[in-house]
Parts: sequence; C-alpha cells; structure tokens
Amino acid sequence: MDPAAAKFIGAGLAAIGMIGAGIGVGNIWGSYITALSRNPASKAEIGANIWIGFAVTEAIALFALIVALIALFG
Amino acid sequence: MASPLEQFEIVDLSKPLFMIGKVPITFTNSAAFMFAAVGVASIFLIAAGSRKQLVPGRLQGLAEMLYDMVAGMIRDNVGDAGKKYFPFLFSLFIFILFGNMLGMIPYTFTFTSHIAVTFAMAFAIFIVITLIGIFKHGLHFFSLFFPHGAPLATAPILIPIEVISYLSRPVSLSVRLFANMTVGHVLLKVLAGFVVALGIVGGWVPLLVLVGITALEFLVAFLQAYIFTILCCIYLNDALHLH
Repeated sequence: MDPAAAKFIGAGLAAIGMIGAGIGVGNIWGSYITALSRNPASKAEIGANIWIGFAVTEAIALFALIVALIALFG
Repeated sequence: MASPLEQFEIVDLSKPLFMIGKVPITFTNSAAFMFAAVGVASIFLIAAGSRKQLVPGRLQGLAEMLYDMVAGMIRDNVGDAGKKYFPFLFSLFIFILFGNMLGMIPYTFTFTSHIAVTFAMAFAIFIVITLIGIFKHGLHFFSLFFPHGAPLATAPILIPIEVISYLSRPVSLSVRLFANMTVGHVLLKVLAGFVVALGIVGGWVPLLVLVGITALEFLVAFLQAYIFTILCCIYLNDALHLH
C-alpha cells in the first residue's frame, strides 16, 4: 500500500475511538437531565460534579484525536 | 495556507542565556506568555483588591467570585486540612486560566498547549502530593493502593491496577489540558480556513459555526483550568485522608 494512503487510513481509524467518548458524554448529560427531572432541588449539588465527569470523558475523545494528528502530521 | 499546527511553534526571542549540559536555554515566546499571564493576573488581582468596598464593584466582584470558587472547591473536596494549600491552588488556577484566556486572543501563543509545560506542572504536583501523603501517614500511605474492605484474595489484581491508575494521574492530568487547548486551537484554525476557502458567498456558514466554536473555546479554557485545579484537590484529598 502507498504509505501516504496508509497514513490517512490510520488517522481515520484512530478517530473511531471517539465513538466511545460520544456515548459517554451523551450518557452523562442524559443521566444529568434524568436526575434533575426526578429531583430539581439537587441542581446545585450535581452541577459541579457533572463538569468533572464531562471533562474526564471528553478527554478520551481528545486522546483519539491526538493519535490521529500524530498519524497525520507526526 | 499555513499548517494549522504552525501557531504552536516555539520561537527564540533572545540569544541563549545559559547552557544546561548541551541544551541552550533561551527566552522563548512560551516563556514570554507565561510572564504575561502572571503579569496580567497580578495587575487584575491587585487592581481588584486596591479599593475594597463592602458592596463590590464589577472588578472586585469578579476577583471575589474566582476566590470563592477555589475556596469552595477546597472546602468541599479536601475539607479543613486543605486550607493551607489554598494559596498554591489559587495561583495554579489563576495561572492556567490566564494562560488559556490569553491564548484565545488572535495571534497570541497558548503555553498550555504544550505537553512539556502541562506535564511539568502535573508531575511536580504529583510528586509533592505523594510526598505530603508519605510525610503525613508514613508507610500507612501505601494502604491507598488497596481499597478499604475489599477481600484479601483480590489483592494481587487490585494492587497493580491501583498502582497503575495512581501513576497515570500526572499523564492524564497533563494530556487533558494540553489536548483540549491544542485541539481547540487547531479546530478554530481549520474552520477559519473553510471561511477563506469558501469566499464571500459560501463563507458565512462556517463563519457562524466559528463564532459558536469560539464561545465554546472560552468555556473550555475556563473549564480546563477548573478541572485541573479540582483534580489536584481530589488527589490532595486522597493523600491527606487516604480512602
């Protein structure tokens, strides 16, 4: 295979890792809304924690993107 | 058009100041923006604190909000034992926040978008927090690696997992900040490239998206400073109170 083509295919494969992060982030916000609709008074307590969960999960997508960027430009 | 990664290039602004081994140490644009972040943050906080009023104005209110946020973070996550670490954690938060925010100004350099910078910070914090834990608890500190109440038979599996997860903390802490800032800036540059490529007729659609993404990047710049600090608090709590 042409090495240049393999590079692009590799970058595309690395981006598959974002599926997991997509599911994870969707799950976090879905659970947040469920929790809020069950107990709206808990907004202040959940509010700070949700951002930690969001950032930790979102980082997984960025790891995948970094691998893709390394494959492309590295 | 220039590569989207060109903005992260480190440029020497001076002749080599001194040598460490064979590596010349120069004053780079990264160092310049670190000084700028410290300078802007100092001016902001000194200006906010110079005319103290019972009912705060805009500037004082903003500074008090940041202060309250970090103080509340430490109170909730570490408790009273964390009070003496407040100055460090507040400086850390302000330094990263201003670094990220200065990077959002066009044509500036974001020093947090370099793994060398973020890893140095995360690794130093990791070492110090581990030492705090060892000095406070002695050898008992290593019970951190075995969850309280777990059956003894699970130890051969649990201990390696806990040790690896503990050792990967500085890596995940630094990569999270670096990756978020790098990717955000690359995304902005690529979208800006679409605006230019589509021209005056079709360029309005990516321009609208670009405005939205820029707002999101400001949120991310703040959020990542917050996350970095709160994770430091959580790690500090682990070291101070074990499990």
